[in-house]
Amino acid sequence: MSKETEHKEAGSVTGIYQELEHWNVNTGDKTIHAKRMPGFFRTVKNYTQALYLLFFLVPYLRWNGKQAILFDITHNQFHFFNLTVLPQDIWMLSLLLLLLAMVLFAVTSVASRVWCGYFCFQTAWTDWFTWIEDKIEGNPQARRKLDAAPWSAEKIWKKSLKHFIWMIISLLTGISFSIWFVDAYDYWNKLVHFQLPLVGWVTLATIFFGTYILAALLREQVCMWMCPYARIQGVMTDSQTILPAYDYTRGEPRGKLRRGSEVVAQKGDCVDCFQCVQVCPTGVDIRDGQQLGCITCGLCLDACDSIMDKVGKPRGLIRYTSLDELEGKPARKMYQHPRTWVYIGIILIAFGGIVYGLTHLGSVVLKVIPERQPLYVYLSDGSIQNKYELKILNKTDSDIRVGVTAEGGVRDQVIIGAEKPLLARHGRSTSFTIFVRAPGQNIKMEVTPIEFRIQSIDDPLIGAEYKTKFNGPSVDLGRRIISGMGNAK
Amino acid sequence: MSEKHEASGDQTTGHVWDDDLADLTNEPPKWWMLGLTASALFVVIYWLYYPSIPFATTGDFFKGIGGWTAIKEMEADVGEVEAVRGKFEARLRGMTPAAILADSELTEYVTRSGKVLFGDNCAACHGQNGIGTHDKEGLFAPILNDDDWLYGGKIDDIHASIEGGRQGMMMAHKDMLSAAEIDALANAVAKGQPTSTPLFAEKGCTACHGEDGKGNQAMGSANLADKIWRFEVRNDKLSDAENMKRLVEGSKRTITYGVNSGDPQGRAAAMPSFKEAGKLSDTEMKKLAVYVYKFGGGQPDAPAAAADTKTDK
Ligand code: SF4
Ligand code: SF4
Repeated sequence: MSKETEHKEAGSVTGIYQELEHWNVNTGDKTIHAKRMPGFFRTVKNYTQALYLLFFLVPYLRWNGKQAILFDITHNQFHFFNLTVLPQDIWMLSLLLLLLAMVLFAVTSVASRVWCGYFCFQTAWTDWFTWIEDKIEGNPQARRKLDAAPWSAEKIWKKSLKHFIWMIISLLTGISFSIWFVDAYDYWNKLVHFQLPLVGWVTLATIFFGTYILAALLREQVCMWMCPYARIQGVMTDSQTILPAYDYTRGEPRGKLRRGSEVVAQKGDCVDCFQCVQVCPTGVDIRDGQQLGCITCGLCLDACDSIMDKVGKPRGLIRYTSLDELEGKPARKMYQHPRTWVYIGIILIAFGGIVYGLTHLGSVVLKVIPERQPLYVYLSDGSIQNKYELKILNKTDSDIRVGVTAEGGVRDQVIIGAEKPLLARHGRSTSFTIFVRAPGQNIKMEVTPIEFRIQSIDDPLIGAEYKTKFNGPSVDLGRRIISGMGNAK
Repeated sequence: MSEKHEASGDQTTGHVWDDDLADLTNEPPKWWMLGLTASALFVVIYWLYYPSIPFATTGDFFKGIGGWTAIKEMEADVGEVEAVRGKFEARLRGMTPAAILADSELTEYVTRSGKVLFGDNCAACHGQNGIGTHDKEGLFAPILNDDDWLYGGKIDDIHASIEGGRQGMMMAHKDMLSAAEIDALANAVAKGQPTSTPLFAEKGCTACHGEDGKGNQAMGSANLADKIWRFEVRNDKLSDAENMKRLVEGSKRTITYGVNSGDPQGRAAAMPSFKEAGKLSDTEMKKLAVYVYKFGGGQPDAPAAAADTKTDK
């Protein structure tokens, strides 16, 4: 602090460096050992982070003898309880991503980096890892002492135990990630017998090392230097966004509280106890104002509030507030932001799209591809035959028997190849070849529209249709040829 | 060497210029150093594992300890395809063509994978998808996707044709019939009503083509009473009079000079035996039979089963 005055005279050019002193350029050269203390936001964080238990547990959920939620990559399907989503319906995924992105934007513009502080897996895993560290190596002072101490049996034991547990969690993370994509029980079985396919091992290793490196070693460095969302979210806040902020008008001038001191009255409420810095998982000083390193986790609010309680001052020296409010400007309400409404609009559209998609999934999809070479074939009795490839996509999880009929087309046409019901295999597209044969003299157009319809034999609700065409010889010539060249026998 | 930078208080490398610009000795961020080390390691491993360093002097190169070669990778890919096909192929080997046809899964496999086989061996004469080919004499080889078969359209007939080949035969009639008689017969045949002229029976056409003119599949004589002709096809771009003319001319030619008759102007109609040629395996010939059957003209073994589904028109 004294250096500050020293450089005051140094002139405007070097003045920039004074700012540098306040920048917390955390390059990871020293490990941040944050203190853990109880409080409201700590509790909230514990609950939100506990949502990740779902990540570990949900894959074991069974539904009708199969994994309830499964991103089945090998078979290109997504199973969600009764629902099977095939690649054809993947557009819904983009809507889902849009929805999630919009929720992120909206929440961020309203209440800053809620994602970072409470929901991000980087925050969550780092938090658990440091909790383990805290349990094994003790509080931050003890940890710093241990780090500095020469290697001893105790240090080796504590460090290896810590890293061992970290690795176990990393491994579990890798396994849990993998079993969202393949059958969970089958995966475990293969894993313990060392029979995973190569891609399985690579995935496991990637997530294992990823977790270990990011959550155990890099920690807040990820948020500071690597995460793109930190930057994106950083620009989405403005002076009306509420975020954890230090009330400098109330806090300054800060000063140490001295027992029996008389001058307390002239000082601000901040007692410069550094508790807010000590609890910060990214090691920033909130009193320097809003900054990139702050993931808005609210832990410094807990810390400051506990100090204010002790010194008998009102809580909220550090609190969720907007910069406008801090500056005494009239603060607009959330619903007064046009931005909020735009976000809500987009969210609703995306949500509507997903609901529409899910309710209109359809159980079967029919596609009919007419043969192009030849377009049609003359048969010996003078009739014309067209060949079609029927592709029946059956999205349900059981095989379906369907009958084929056709609307339109040529009078007295006959469908050949679908006399018996066709068996559409479940979860994929099955192809069938069928023919439509029509008397030559009934063909009135070169191209006659025809609509095929498939109908499940067992379930009247399951059906689909497809419009295509029946090709014949060109109108006049065809008719003349047929009638002129061979009179009906 | 190093000293403190006056404003930031950090160590400098000793390189200070323009009063207060300096190289500081700050380390790059930890993640950056980790990344740098990891990529350096990656480079080394990659170079060692894969073929990498060329030796300019010997024209050789370092082969890499992983033993990777492009050919091996290709072979592995081929192996993957074979593994998928293998289980089908193994089943096909012991089955008759009719049995293959009865199995919808195998039939689908054959119709999907038979394209190349057909293209390589059959399409030159029969056209892609069996649409037939033409030369200046008319239709060169029969259309395979209609329902008219010289030697039968049942699966075993088709298979026999592929295995044993076929030789059409019809003698030249130029010395036996007068021009007028040939003309009358050709016109009747072109109309698809061979029996409309008494000459058909009188001149002994019935011996091969049958009393009703419907041919005889056992000897490969054409059905003359339908609307498919062996050496001529309707051209939809022409008017029916022109088509008729072509059909009459074509029929005249066939009657006059015969088929494979030795007459230099006779029609050539021969299909080689693929068994004798030895080019195709038994399985491949079976696959082709099913493939051809599936063009649309194949005839089921039990004719009664062909009950057509009427649409509700
Ligand atoms: S900065 Fe990135 S990694 Fe860090 S908490 Fe936010 S989203 Fe997560
Ligand atoms: S400054 Fe406060 S809110 Fe921001 S990351 Fe640190 S503890 Fe969390």
